[in-house]
Order: sequence, then structure tokens, then C-alpha cells
Amino acid sequence: MEIILLIFVFVMAAILGFELIQRVPSQLHTPLMSGSNAISGITMVGAILAAGAIGGELGKWLGFAALVLATINVVGGYLVTDRMLSMFKKRGK
Amino acid sequence: MEYLINISYIVASVLFIFGIKMLGSADTARKGNALSAVGMLIAVVVTLLESGLSYGTIIAGLLIGSAIGVVAAKRVQMTGMPELVALFNGFGGLASLLVGWAEFAKAGNFEASQYPIFTACAVVFAILVGGITFTGSLIAYFKLSGKMSGSATIFPGQKIVNLLLFIVLLVVGGFFVATGAAWALYVVIALSLALGVLGVIPIGGGDMPVVISFLNSFSGIAASAAGFVIFNNVLIVAGCLVGASGIILTVIMCKAMNRTLGHVLFGTFGATGGKTQEVEGEMKAISTEDAYYILEAAESVIFVPGYGMAVAQAQHAVKELGAILEANGAEVRYAIHPVAGRMPGHMNVLLAEADVPYEQLCEMDDVNAIMESVDVAIVIGANDVVNPAAGDDESSPIYGMPIINVYQAKTVFALKRGQGAGFSGLVNTLFFRENTRMIYGDAKATMNALVGQFKG
Repeated sequence: MEIILLIFVFVMAAILGFELIQRVPSQLHTPLMSGSNAISGITMVGAILAAGAIGGELGKWLGFAALVLATINVVGGYLVTDRMLSMFKKRGK
Repeated sequence: MEYLINISYIVASVLFIFGIKMLGSADTARKGNALSAVGMLIAVVVTLLESGLSYGTIIAGLLIGSAIGVVAAKRVQMTGMPELVALFNGFGGLASLLVGWAEFAKAGNFEASQYPIFTACAVVFAILVGGITFTGSLIAYFKLSGKMSGSATIFPGQKIVNLLLFIVLLVVGGFFVATGAAWALYVVIALSLALGVLGVIPIGGGDMPVVISFLNSFSGIAASAAGFVIFNNVLIVAGCLVGASGIILTVIMCKAMNRTLGHVLFGTFGATGGKTQEVEGEMKAISTEDAYYILEAAESVIFVPGYGMAVAQAQHAVKELGAILEANGAEVRYAIHPVAGRMPGHMNVLLAEADVPYEQLCEMDDVNAIMESVDVAIVIGANDVVNPAAGDDESSPIYGMPIINVYQAKTVFALKRGQGAGFSGLVNTLFFRENTRMIYGDAKATMNALVGQFKG
């Protein structure tokens, strides 16, 4: 049953994702991509759980590597997106 | 505690949803990004509250990752943005792969899972998608940063090799699910990484906007798959949102090139595009001095930037000339083709960096509607996106691709480094038109020379 629920969540999120951004002005394509890319770093939640797990040396180190990579993805992704968006200025600002 | 964690995950998911929605509109984009960052922070903090964690490795991982992320984000030049996004994207994919692998490595089997077979399938899927995302993005990174030739690398039987590898991967993956043999998992990891390399090397530089969007979508799907591995809703929702939005961007890019995704991924554009066409007329060069006299009298000017502008780092010089023309009484606009450059929206970012107000950045359709009233269109290192052959030559490989119709402007200046063809190897019939004048040389130097004429 739990599996079905997870799949249900997945399908709903997919539909929502498709509906959310049907029309994006092209000037925002890059920030949208790098911003959503940062969100995909959510996998760091899984990495934290793996890195912090007690026992199992290999699993822990894999988790640690995953955590470093996902954190780069998240922190770098959000910052660089913000930097980009801060440059989009209207005239006179 | 379990409830607090799960409710916080719901809050984080909601913030991601609104964050992505707000990223889709210029006025709210920055707030949207901040909102989704807050969502991420919440998700991470509550995960740390999970009982039974040892914090040493976690804190080390967070610190190292944050430090690298901050430095990379601060240091990157705007021209280097496509590479950086590709690299971050690849890291996300590899992280998802490792999360899947770690789940298996913890105990060497899935007996602790309530649903061992389902979990094993999810692990294989997370590794497959994450692995392709990682090496695919890495190849894209090498191509974009010029560390590897940007042109398509093609060898005979490529598609068959890829297909065979994929089939072997599925079989071995199935074997892993059935038996739980560790070696089978390692084979799956190796093949996934190989597929990412082989999948992206045959794709040429001009198709990069499509590939990057597609890999972006893949990194989301990989995170979602990792969510199925550890039964975690926030991973599934966030990953899936990214997967869906990435697909939408991919479709937008494909439409802008009048090609299907299958065509880009499995096509052989670069290989067949080399045939030479017979073109009437000749390319007529013009000096910057003569160009100045025409510009000086122009009342309406449109800049059409392409990848060449990024290569020459000419955006600041372009903006300077634009400002001078405006002061001179001309109406100045920048027309940006959706696939100009090497990533979606690449030109917009560069021009924004050079302080071009975004009201002056126009989309293709808006500009085409008024093109006939434009006095001068200045094409800066753009090629296929202004090639009239896309509209009138049925034998052309880019036939049907929507272009910016600069040939309808009264005069066209085409800035180009030399007389050779563009990345696709196609002859650009625009350059042979009666109303086109070529200005050869480095785009930045040419822009500066024109600026100098106005000042002089």
C-alpha cells in the first residue's frame, strides 16, 4: 500500500510540474534551469541519512561523497541563480 | 518527532512548488528562488533531527560541499554559466546514484526493507538515471568549456552499441533485483556511466541547449528515484517537479529548432549537414567606417546575438554601442532566438550582465512582426538562427526551423570572424543577400571600433 501512495505522490507531482510552468519567458530559461537544478539537489536529504547511518563503513562513505556533491549542487545552484537574477534589471533601477 | 519531520517535508514541498512557479515570471523570479532555498533549508534541518544519526561525517560533508558551492557560484563568469550549470547538474545526478548505492551497501541486501524487490528496482533506476546524468553532464561540461571538441563525435555502429549496452544493463539489473548479487550492481553502475558518455558525445555544440535541459530533467528524475529508494516523499515531489519542468524546457528548445527530441538524441545532424549549396550572389564586406555612417542615420536598430558574442565576450561592447545608438535617437532592441548560444536563455544572461534593461530584450515572434520597419539589424556571431534557408530551402537540414527574419530588415550587418561556415557546416544564405554587409573580425573589436567612430 505504501508503494502505491508513493507512486500516487509521484504522479501528482509530475502533473503539477507540467502545469506550473507552461509559459516561461525565454529570458528566464537559464535561471529557471539553474534554480530547478538546485532543487534536484534535494537528494542531499537521502545523502544525510546515508552519511549519518551508524555502522556499515562503505555505505557511510558513499553517503558522505553523495552529501558533498549534493551540497555543492544545492548551495552553488541557489547562489548562482540569485546572482543571475539580481542582474535582470528594469530600466532606471 | 516523526510527525514533525514529515509535516516539515510537506512545507518544504509546498515551498518548492511556489518557488518553481515564481521562477517562471520575471517580477517574482528572485523571490521564488529564495523561497525554494528556504524549503531546502527546512528539509535539511529537519532531516538532521532524525534519530540515530552520527553527525561527524554529516557536518564534514555539509561544510566541504557548501564551501565548494559558494566559491564556484561567486567566481564563475557569466560566460561560463552553461558549463557551471552542467557541472552542478552532474553532481546532483552522481549524488542520487550514490544514495541508491549506499542504501544497498549499508547491509549488503534489502532484507531490512519492507518491500525488498521494489527497493532493489528503485536502486537500479536511481543508479541508471543518476549515472547517465553524471557522465552526460560531464561530457557536456567538457564540450561547453572547450576542453573537448564541441563537434559531434561519431563512430560506426554507435546506436547499436548504445542499444546493446542498454539491454545488457537491463538484464544485469534484473539479475541484481532477483539475486541481490553485489557484482551485478557494480556492472549496472559502470554501464550507466558509460551510457551517459556515449549518449552525449555524438551531440554537437548547437544542440547543447536541448541536451542541457534534458539532463536537467534527468537529474530531477534521479532524485525522485532516490526518494523511492528511501521511501521519502520530499525527494519524490521535488525531484519530480524538476523532472517535469526540465521536460517542458526541453520541448520548448526542440520546438525552437523544429526538431524532435529523438532527432537530437539519436539524429546525425552534424554528419549530414556538410553538403555545399549553390548560392547566388557574393558576400560583400563593409568597413566599420562605412557601417558607422549607416548606423548614424538609422532610426531603428536590432541586435541579434549568438554564440559568437559569448565567445568574443562582446556583450559589454554591444551594450555600449546600443546605448550610444539610443542617445543618437534610434530605437534599439535585442532579438534573442530561443536556442541562441549554448544553453536556454544564454544570451539573456550575458546581456543582463552587461546591464541591458530587460524591456529591450525581445522574443523572436515580436521582433519578426516589425522586422520590415527596422533600418539596421546587427547579427553578432549568430548563424543558423538567422539563416533564411530555414524558410525557403526544402533541402536544407534546418528547413522548418523558426528563425529571426533579419533578412527583411533594410540593412543587415553580419559580424563574423571569417568566411567559414557555422558549427553545423551549413552555408548561410543570409550572407549573400543584397542587403547584407559582412564585417569581418573579432566581434568585440568590431563593436569597440564602431563605438570609437561614434565618439571620434
